[in-house]
Amino acid sequence: MTLKYTDDHEWVSVEGDTATFGITNHAQEQLGELVYVELPAVGAQVTKGGDAAVVESVKAASDVFAPISGEVVAINDTLEAEPTKVNEDPEGSGWLAKIKISDASEMDSMMDADAYAKHTG
Amino acid sequence: MSEDTTDTPLLTTPLDKLHVSLGGRMVGFAGYSMPVQYPAGIVTEHNHTRSKAGLFDVSHMGQCWLKGDSHEAVASALEKLLPGEVQALEPGRTRYTQFTNQDGGIIDDLMVTRPIDPADAGKLYLVVNASRKDVDYQLLKEGLDPSVTLEPIEDRALIALQGPSSETVINSLSDGVEDMAFMSSHSLKIAGIDCWISRSGYSGEDGFEISVPSESASSLAEQLLSHPDVIACGLGARDSLRLEAGLCLYGNDIDETTSPIEAGLIWSISKRRREAGGFPGEDRIKREIADGAKRKRVGILPGGRAPARDGTEITNEPGNVVGKITSGGFGPTLGGPVAMGYVPTELAAVGTSLNLMVRGKTLPASVAKLPFVPPNFKR
Repeated sequence: MTLKYTDDHEWVSVEGDTATFGITNHAQEQLGELVYVELPAVGAQVTKGGDAAVVESVKAASDVFAPISGEVVAINDTLEAEPTKVNEDPEGSGWLAKIKISDASEMDSMMDADAYAKHTG
Repeated sequence: MSEDTTDTPLLTTPLDKLHVSLGGRMVGFAGYSMPVQYPAGIVTEHNHTRSKAGLFDVSHMGQCWLKGDSHEAVASALEKLLPGEVQALEPGRTRYTQFTNQDGGIIDDLMVTRPIDPADAGKLYLVVNASRKDVDYQLLKEGLDPSVTLEPIEDRALIALQGPSSETVINSLSDGVEDMAFMSSHSLKIAGIDCWISRSGYSGEDGFEISVPSESASSLAEQLLSHPDVIACGLGARDSLRLEAGLCLYGNDIDETTSPIEAGLIWSISKRRREAGGFPGEDRIKREIADGAKRKRVGILPGGRAPARDGTEITNEPGNVVGKITSGGFGPTLGGPVAMGYVPTELAAVGTSLNLMVRGKTLPASVAKLPFVPPNFKR
């Protein structure tokens, strides 16, 4: 398993050809308590940097960009009833979706945990 | 609530250091650096204000005096700029009204207070929106009778204490406010500091707005915050509280194109003023009072969980755009999305089905009674 981070404050965990992603703890702290999460449809094609999900706090809606291109193969539909899971456990039970990776080289530009910590520090 | 995106240096309020020390997340709003929230977060701040009390810095708002030879003189001069009832205002009372333009649109909404002290005869105390201060002061300078002078108040902060515990909190630091009625106003020593206090606010809850000399503002705020029932709240909670209370935000729900009648503010225009007129835009406003407005501000409850933000298009059953959301978000007390917007009068009845276009999807919604949360004012 490989864990990487993007400039847009997402984490990506890769096992085989599938990437699970979500927003980082830093991102959820910036957003505040979430009240709604909109996820892509299973089967949808997403493109790295394109719209993948929307997370909404009381105050604002924020786009979440796809960290990697591919097909959405699973979504965390428990977030519909419990969007605050993203606040409580952003890099665990608050995951957003799983993508079947179409181009693994897109991982190359991502940061490891140390580099991401420096990026947000 | 729109945040500033320009690079102009932001002004700060006398409570700026306190906000930062409390961990406030500072954003630009109407030219001021203001806390949008504290570490507790908007939902906690909102709920705490509904159950106990929240303290809000509203020092960015414009406080000013109008001074004339007598109450009759200053009131009749101000009434030439707005449709509200000022002449009949009793000493120690506050009213909500709106400056209107020649087309009957709203230039700003404001609070007008007639001071209770006979020594202040011929004065009115106004509180206007931060974002409209310059426009309002220009309007007053140009539009008031030359015998009436405008004096912006630059040396006072304004603190709102909102929520059901507010009275108890102020009582613990003063001679007591239990006899103050809603929308009344007087001078009061709070924690030994000379304040002007009015029983009013912008949350739908009982509460007070306190004008305090700038140099004593932090001390007052800290002493209020030291009461176990009080937490500091930012603009985020202020916005969600007023939205649930069905109160207008200038620039969103009312502006120079919306009339007080369309906005549902007819209650703020007295019978005498409706009949006698003599205010800007009276042709449209009197016509809309007589014949009804073509569109109305209504409460809108989205059917699902997704909030509909301001600017969201409202469509009717055949799919035509009939209006737009002017304020929308999540109501923590309701536990779901809430919104307000303008729709044609024939679609304004409570229960009418509408659709909202959110990110390309059609979401069902219905017209709802305002306010969403019953007011909890002291009567």
